[in-house]
Order: sequence, then structure tokens, then C-alpha cells
Amino acid sequence: MKTSKFVSRVYLFLILLFLFAPIFVLIFFSFNAGKSTSVFAGFSFRWYRNLFEDEAALTALRNSLVLAVTSGAIATVMGTFAAYGISRMRRKYLRTAVMSVTNIPMMNPDIITGISLMLMFVFVGTMLGLSESLSFVTMLIAHVTFGLPYVIMSVMPKFNQMDKSMPEAALDLGCTPLQSFFKVELPEIMPGVMTGGIMAFTMSLDDFVISLFTKGSSFQTLPLYIYGMTKKSVSPKIYALATIIFFAILILLLVTNFISAKDEKTQAKLNRSLRRADGQTK
Amino acid sequence: MKKAWIAALLAVLLAAAPLALSGCSDSDTIVLNVYNWGEYISTGEEGTYDTNAEFEDWYFETYGQKVRVNYSTYESNESLRSQLELGTANYDVIVPSDYMIDYFIQKDMLAELNFDNIPAYENISQTYRGLYYDPDNKYTVPYTYGVVGIIYDANEVDPADVTGWEVMWNSKYSGEILQFRNPRDAFGTAMYMLDIDVNTTEKADWDRAKDKIIEQAPLRKMLVMDEIFNMMEMGEAAVGAYYAGDYFTMLDNQAENVDLRFFTPERTNVFVDAMCVLKTSKHKDVAEAYINFMLMEDAAVANSLTHWYASPNTAVLNSQAYKAELGEEAYAVLYPESYDFHANYEKYAYRSLDTETLDYMTALWENVLIN
Repeated sequence: MKTSKFVSRVYLFLILLFLFAPIFVLIFFSFNAGKSTSVFAGFSFRWYRNLFEDEAALTALRNSLVLAVTSGAIATVMGTFAAYGISRMRRKYLRTAVMSVTNIPMMNPDIITGISLMLMFVFVGTMLGLSESLSFVTMLIAHVTFGLPYVIMSVMPKFNQMDKSMPEAALDLGCTPLQSFFKVELPEIMPGVMTGGIMAFTMSLDDFVISLFTKGSSFQTLPLYIYGMTKKSVSPKIYALATIIFFAILILLLVTNFISAKDEKTQAKLNRSLRRADGQTK
Repeated sequence: MKKAWIAALLAVLLAAAPLALSGCSDSDTIVLNVYNWGEYISTGEEGTYDTNAEFEDWYFETYGQKVRVNYSTYESNESLRSQLELGTANYDVIVPSDYMIDYFIQKDMLAELNFDNIPAYENISQTYRGLYYDPDNKYTVPYTYGVVGIIYDANEVDPADVTGWEVMWNSKYSGEILQFRNPRDAFGTAMYMLDIDVNTTEKADWDRAKDKIIEQAPLRKMLVMDEIFNMMEMGEAAVGAYYAGDYFTMLDNQAENVDLRFFTPERTNVFVDAMCVLKTSKHKDVAEAYINFMLMEDAAVANSLTHWYASPNTAVLNSQAYKAELGEEAYAVLYPESYDFHANYEKYAYRSLDTETLDYMTALWENVLIN
């Protein structure tokens, strides 16, 4: 019993090491006083200072965040309504078919999604006679496109889990369909919406391939900026930036986990009291 | 708690709105799109010169017009070409390499410059004017130039062996040799060694170069681009070829037991990256002002100290600050005394290959990659 526990602990440790060793190396070297990734010349915040003085890197970071937040928000709203519609389809085969179609952008290799989007934008751009067919808007459309399936995928199960009689009851008690959606259904599916939104946000933030094909002249995201450095060597200030992003995401995850854990607790409490009330009436 | 969810979502959306809007700026500000290689200009870290911000200030003071530089970066001439040819993007100023400029001019994509707007062009010495890609000096202003050379670790490689490209085929250093992972530069090393014209259209010559590269395969550690920095710095490889300026970056970061040196073979690639304005540019005069600004001493010196390539700008060469910062040894590597730039450039620079040769080279390269 004890040895098996020991073995499983070692195994867990190895898995974590495997997952996080590269990130720890990166974090370690972001505090290097020298520029090398082989020799540690001493602890310093030099690259963090450098980063915040580099206008170009900060613009790229800001662009990435703007794109991720807007495309995440649009994908969340669109995806939620899509899921609402899909979950109300009567015919099961139709529902399955639509789900498979919406999943395609997720399963498709990025490079194909990227090239096909680019070709479409170029085609439309030439038709409209634009001097440049790609811009922030096209990039935003692209990011919404691949973020959408993640939102639908995480909202759908929440609709399926929801007690179908709840919106019916709401309507029965005098809600308009819109009120019923916002007051009864939306709170019910909210964890799914949040998960989907966060997924779409992170997918957009770290997308490289699709952005490479759909970028215009006016908008360069962070991954593209880093790729631009690869003729010469990637500067350690990027390690500093990656470290900051890593911790920001970590905090975001901790907060969402904390909220959903609390949510589950209140839900469980509610269920218990409901059961008790149920027992009393019997 | 569910209310908290909705509140959180709303908060995120509200936070997003001003962020998204801040992307736009006032209508009276001209936006200049500049597309340059990564890490080619000084961006103001550690108190250095912030080129684009300084330009914006300078332009406002000189012309009384607000300009915002929208600066993005690329990593290869080919990715620049594909964007421009598909018409996916529209830039004002670009900085391609010579052979790509040659191609752009053939395709009539560059605007003729009005040199009245670029008075600082006088800083460019005669040596760097009238080069093959722009014989009449109509379209381009050189930004930087450099040679490809052999970088080796003197603790591993006997300097007496480093007499030319042959060292990269020397079986003594088997498993320690790095070769370029792009076809033009890789075939180049073999062609310079075999004394073949790098712009040849003879398929037999390309075949000979390919055989040479394949012959190198068992001796080679790997094909690299920017990975060469780490591998040379750490002493994981003993010899490789790269661009002269990048040698200094490696030298700065070399590990204790590594002693990097640079060697310029007799026949080797000389490249020029030059600034040009695209025909589609909507603000040609602002683009020319930007080019002019890049030639002025403060910007030119700061940028030369960022990319570490050689400068064709006399204001840089005469700058005491530049010489002091670079150091004598580096200066000697970048600007060898008896080096005849013009003669070497005419003979050894890459030129735009015709489609048939380009396709043939690409096919041979596939062959190299699977061997």
C-alpha cells in the first residue's frame, strides 16, 4: 500500500516536471544578468526593465490583449446564442450534424484554417478594390472563427444538464422569453459560458499560425513579434514577458477555480436544503 | 454567487471596450507603416535611443504634423514578398535585402524616391551607391550591409585549419559543424568553396553544390538559423557560418571555455539591406522623411549599435561614440582594411534567380533535407 502510494507520488512528480521544466528554465533565465541562455551571470531584473522600456514589444503585447479580449467576448456571445439554438433543435441527427460542422475549425489544422481565411479575405478585398485586404478586422474575424467552437463546446453540456422545465416554469409565471433567458437560463449556464470565454481568450492570445496568415500591416501581435526576432536571436526580455504572462494566467486560473469551487458549495447546500424540504412534505 | 459571475463577465467586457478603442487615434495623425527586420532598430531600452518616438517628435517639430509610426517586423525576405504579392498588407517603408529589391523593381512595386526629401542621403558614400539592384539610385537607400563568414571556437578548431570554406567539410570536426537551414545561404557556402557563380542558371552547377552539401551531412551536427547563437555560445558546436554582425552577439555571450573567432573567406556573400518606399504608399513624403531621419547621425549610430551589422553611413563611421562602443577588434571584423566592397559585391552578391532556377534550387533543397 505504502509503496504504491510512493510510486504514484513519484509518477505525479515526473509528470509535473515534464510539463513545467521548460517554463522553469525560461523563468530562471529571465532573471539572468547576462544575455546568454547557458551562463547565469547573476540575478537581476535587467530584462524586466528592458521590456518595459521597449515600446515595440509593449505595443505587440497590447495588440495581443486587445485582440484576445475582443475576439473572446464576441466569440462568447455568438457561441452562447449558437448553443442556445442548437440545444433546441428537435431532430437529433440535425443537432449532431450541426455540432460536427461547428467543430471543424477546432479539428482542422491551423495552417489550413489560416490559409483558407487569408484567401477568402484577399478574394473579398480585391473584389472591393482595397489596397490592403487584411487589417485588424480580418484578424478579429479569424480569431472569432477559431474561438467559437470552444465556446459552443463548453456551453452545450450546460444547456443539456439544465432542467428543461425551469424555463418553462419561468414562462408560465409570466416571464417573457427574453427575461426567462437572462433570469433563469443564463445564470444556469454561466460556468460554461465563462469557461468558453476563457478558452477563446487564451486560444486567441497564443495563436501564431492563423495570425501569421491573416495579419495586415497595421496590427502585429506578440507571437508574430517574437517570430520576427528569429533571424537574430530572441532577446531575453521575451523570457521576462513570458514569465509575466505565465503568472498572470496562473492567477486567472486560480481565481476561476476558486469561484467555481465556491459556486459548487453553495449549489450543494441548496440541494441539501431542497432534499430536506422534500422529505418534510412527505 | 451567480450574480458574481455575471458581474465578472460585465467587468471584463467593460474593461475591453476602452482597450479596443485605444487602437484608433485622432484623425489628424498620419499613420506610417514601417516593416523592418526584427531587432534592426534601437527601441530605447536601458536609456538607449528610441528611434520611432524620436522620429515622431522630430517630424512634429519640423513639419508641424503629427505622425504615428506603426512598426512591425519580419524574419525573412520571402515572407515579405508573399504578403506584398498577395496584397494582404500595405506598408510605406520596407527594408528588404538586395536580391529581393531586384525582384521588387522588376515587378514595378517600388516608388521612385524624391531625394529632395532625403537630404541626409549625402551621408551615404559613393561606394554604396549605384549597386546592381538599383544602378541609377532611384529607388533605394542602403540601411546596412554585411558579409557571411565562418565563426569557430578556437578551443576546438585549430586556427591553421581555417583557411576557407573547406573547414566546414573537414572530417576532423565531424559532428561539430553547423550549416544554414535556408537553401540560398547553404548552397552558397558550397558554391563559394567550389568557385561557382552563386547566380548561375546552369543546373549542373547547382547539382555540384547539392552533392557537396550532401557530402557534408555525416559531418554535420545540424542545420540551423538562429539556433546557432546558443550552440556556438555554449560550445556545443565548433564551427558554423553566419552573418558578421551576429558574431558579436555570440562573442558577448560566450561561455567560459569557448573562444569564438570570425573568419572572412576570400569568396563569400556580401549583402545589403536597403530602405525603399512601396508604390502603394499613401504618405510617400512622410516615408521619405522617415528614411532621411534614419540616415541622420543619432538614429544611424544607435541603430548600428543595435543590429551590429556594418553601416554604409559616413556619419556612423566618423562617430567617435560608435568606434568606442564597438571596440577596435569588432571594428576590424566589420570593416576590414583592404576590403574592396564594390568589387566583392559585384562578384559575390546574391541576385534574384529566375523562376526556373529558383524552382530547381528548391527541389534540390528538398533532396538535401531528406538526406
